[in-house]
Amino acid sequence: MNLTLKIWRQANVDAKGEMVTYSVAGVSPDMSFLEMMDMHNEQLIENGEDPVAFDHDCREGICGMCSMFINGEAHGPDRLVTTCQLHMRKFKDGDTITIEPFRANAFPVIKDLTVDRSAFDRIQQAGGFVSVNTSGNTQDANAIPIDKHDADKAFDAASCIGCGACVASCKNASAMLFVSAKVSQYALLPQGKVEATDRVLNMVNQMDEEGFGNCTNTGACEVECPKGISLENIARMNREYLAATLKG
Amino acid sequence: MISTTIARKVAMALSGLFLILFLGQHFTINITSVFSEKTFNFLSHFMGNNPVVQFVLQPILIFGVLFHFLMGFVLEYKNNRSRTTKYASFKGSANSSWLSRNMILSGIVVLSFLGLHFYDFWVPEMNYKYIEFLPKDPNRYYGELVHKFHSPVRVTIYSLSFVFLALHLYHGFASSFQSVGLNNKYTRGIKWFTVAFALLIPAGFIFIAIFHHLNG
Repeated sequence: MNLTLKIWRQANVDAKGEMVTYSVAGVSPDMSFLEMMDMHNEQLIENGEDPVAFDHDCREGICGMCSMFINGEAHGPDRLVTTCQLHMRKFKDGDTITIEPFRANAFPVIKDLTVDRSAFDRIQQAGGFVSVNTSGNTQDANAIPIDKHDADKAFDAASCIGCGACVASCKNASAMLFVSAKVSQYALLPQGKVEATDRVLNMVNQMDEEGFGNCTNTGACEVECPKGISLENIARMNREYLAATLKG
Repeated sequence: MISTTIARKVAMALSGLFLILFLGQHFTINITSVFSEKTFNFLSHFMGNNPVVQFVLQPILIFGVLFHFLMGFVLEYKNNRSRTTKYASFKGSANSSWLSRNMILSGIVVLSFLGLHFYDFWVPEMNYKYIEFLPKDPNRYYGELVHKFHSPVRVTIYSLSFVFLALHLYHGFASSFQSVGLNNKYTRGIKWFTVAFALLIPAGFIFIAIFHHLNG
């Protein structure tokens, strides 16, 4: 396959970026998208040019590091996959592919396609945990009976890999799906209920401080999420937040 | 509380639900004009002269309208500021409806329509009762309504505005329940009710305008 790539190039966080057009030849349909990017970078290096910086790690759809906005969608045109699981057979010979970083003011571009998603870490640190006594007397989690329905929902919420596709896809750059998944995975379990009030207030406050936008229920985040995190989590977080606010 | 994203979202939803409630009540009264001039005059006279309606509910309604629109503009402004560098390619249609992404546009059309609607009905009513202090006439309302719909231009503007209201309601109604935290086994039913409400109520208002234009 011969492709035209339009890639966002930006030297650093302060530099003014631009879309740069490249031609790539000999792309196999069996390559993953990241392998195609690797091949393109090898060509750039051979030509003495600066390779395109992009995030990646496990390349198995688990870590959430890859973060490209491909042809107008986070992680590209496929559903329930990250960029590393997207394959070139999704494209046709002669296609032009636009590749941009995840865009949100809370995700500043570090270089080219890599963005700083540490805002998610700070939100998590604000309350996305259960305080556990690690003195050796910790109760076995399995000793507490948990309704299977709740356990399944908590597990589904916990499958969020924090890639940021929800923010990137939302027209408002809202982080509600990510935060709600993290709130829900604890709110649904008895171990998490103890700190539920402080958790939701602190995490939402941190989310706002980071500068993410307001959710307007377009549902784009749910569609583009590689792990299929449900909008139901946002409704749950709204309930949790209202209850916590009323409690004071 | 209103300073956080979720608080703004809930406030927007609650004010929207309040306005939807009012819309249903407004439609119920207006549709009677098609069937019975006497009933329409009776209900309009009651609404126009009942002190609770006039001095408690009406100010709440005006506040609700202003709040909903102002909050809509605040949200739009804040959301635009959360992504100042736009995408070169953004395929919103792949994951969301045009309606849900353009509530501000349908809202602005509805707001413009409300300006005309206030000019047509509310301003003359205030002038009649509280500026010129004209005598009470329980039988004037039907005639005033029919008179307004003589103009084909006004009927066209009203009809187009209600199409945009339908678009606004289509996303806004069910979305309000999600915003206040209600996403459960009733969600599918709420979505169906939303579709019915968003289609039938604006269509009913259009029908009333055309009916009086043709029969007035």
